[in-house]
Amino acid sequence: MKKKSWKEIPIGGRIDEGGTAMEYKTGSWRTFKPVIDKSKCINCLQCWMHCPDSCIILKDEKMEGFDYNYCKGCGICASICPVKCIKMEKG
Amino acid sequence: MKTVTKNSTNKIVALMGDQAVAEAMRQIDPDVVAAYPITPQTEIVMNFAQFVADGKVNTEMIPVESEHSAMSACVGSAAAGARTMTATSANGLALMWEIVYIAASTRLPIVMPVVNRALSGPINIHCDHSDTMGARDAGWIQVFSENPQEAYENTIVAVRIAEHKDILLPVMVCQDGFITSHGVEGVEIFPDEAIKKFIGEYKIERSLLDVDKPVTYGPLDLQDYYFEHKRQQAQAMESALKNIPGVLKEFNKTFGTSHDLIEEYKMDDAEIAIVVLSSTAGTTKEVVDKLREKGVKAGLIKPIFFRPFPKERIVKALSGVKAAAVLDRSDSFGAEGGPLFTEIKSSLYETKNKPFLVGYIFGLGGRDIFPQDIEHVYNDLEAIKKTGKINNLVTYLGVRD
Repeated sequence: MKKKSWKEIPIGGRIDEGGTAMEYKTGSWRTFKPVIDKSKCINCLQCWMHCPDSCIILKDEKMEGFDYNYCKGCGICASICPVKCIKMEKG
Repeated sequence: MKTVTKNSTNKIVALMGDQAVAEAMRQIDPDVVAAYPITPQTEIVMNFAQFVADGKVNTEMIPVESEHSAMSACVGSAAAGARTMTATSANGLALMWEIVYIAASTRLPIVMPVVNRALSGPINIHCDHSDTMGARDAGWIQVFSENPQEAYENTIVAVRIAEHKDILLPVMVCQDGFITSHGVEGVEIFPDEAIKKFIGEYKIERSLLDVDKPVTYGPLDLQDYYFEHKRQQAQAMESALKNIPGVLKEFNKTFGTSHDLIEEYKMDDAEIAIVVLSSTAGTTKEVVDKLREKGVKAGLIKPIFFRPFPKERIVKALSGVKAAAVLDRSDSFGAEGGPLFTEIKSSLYETKNKPFLVGYIFGLGGRDIFPQDIEHVYNDLEAIKKTGKINNLVTYLGVRD
């Protein structure tokens, strides 16, 4: 997204509409990213329950993957996983 | 600004500067006042609280537990779209510091009378300008008042300046602690209806409480946009300098006053001049009159607005002067001189016919400045004018050596 000039934005840091957090891709803050080995996953969905940024993608109530647009790489999913099928890798 | 009766419907009442400001606040009838009392501002909050208790205003008064909370409540209230005021002094201003910056950068038109008082330490409750001078980079408009009349009028006009659609900045209305805040003078009070009409209704562009059109105030603003918002603030100050004269003109037309960005006193043919803010300008006028009787071409420049700094007006006023002294009622330790001095010296850099310029630091912690002290400064200027030699660039005036 092209960044706007100071003449084009509302004054005082005001944000004039709701739900704009979606536009802010906080995934860029990440140093480590979670990677899943699906052959080991038991679909307990502990990662989905504990992810503070709602970045666990489910499909038909099964663990599908991660939303890297917003995952900041905190590692909670890897830590909570009872079968240790999530690893944190650089990137 | 004259204090003669401008209109037969006006009342002249004996008031202290604090009472005059409280009276202006009664007439403004702000939606919200969140304030904490502190000497010598106390009588503003005390008198206004009485107006609230007596049902003379419709204001929601929030008696907070500290100045930090006062300004925080003001930020929330102003973001909701309420016409919001508070008042403070010295250490109270220092305690609200964090939120003072937030109010300006969130572009909320809060009006805050500040009764200038020395910052601790050592602890002192008397007048100097160290409190608001310390806040000069906070992004607030700063207007300085010479006497209770000006404090009253500036408080009213500040509402319109703050809320101007091309400005939208908070305003500090300064007056000298005790000297004018507790000095009783005849203050001409304009009719309530005229004030009400002049300030009009305030309608915020986007209210924080509008649930149908949700809006966010004060979000996180990092490397990608913070700088753009600061650039906007710089522009707002530039716009203030451009638009304040129009508001003052309208006020003058309505109330028969003569507000301006600066006041020039006997400057037309002045060869030596003093530049000074607030009540000391009144004392200096007396000295100018006395020196004029002796044929000394002395004059006075009183900057009324310090932020935005009326650079062009001050440079123009000094253009025919041979030697000038800037009197600062606060120091900027480690700098070349007081804030007003360094600002004026910097403003003169590009001009061809600069006057000799010297600075004086005076009146810290309420140390009295007498007419003879001011005369002493004019004598120094006469000597500089004659010899072309500056012995002391900055002098501490009235301190025991």
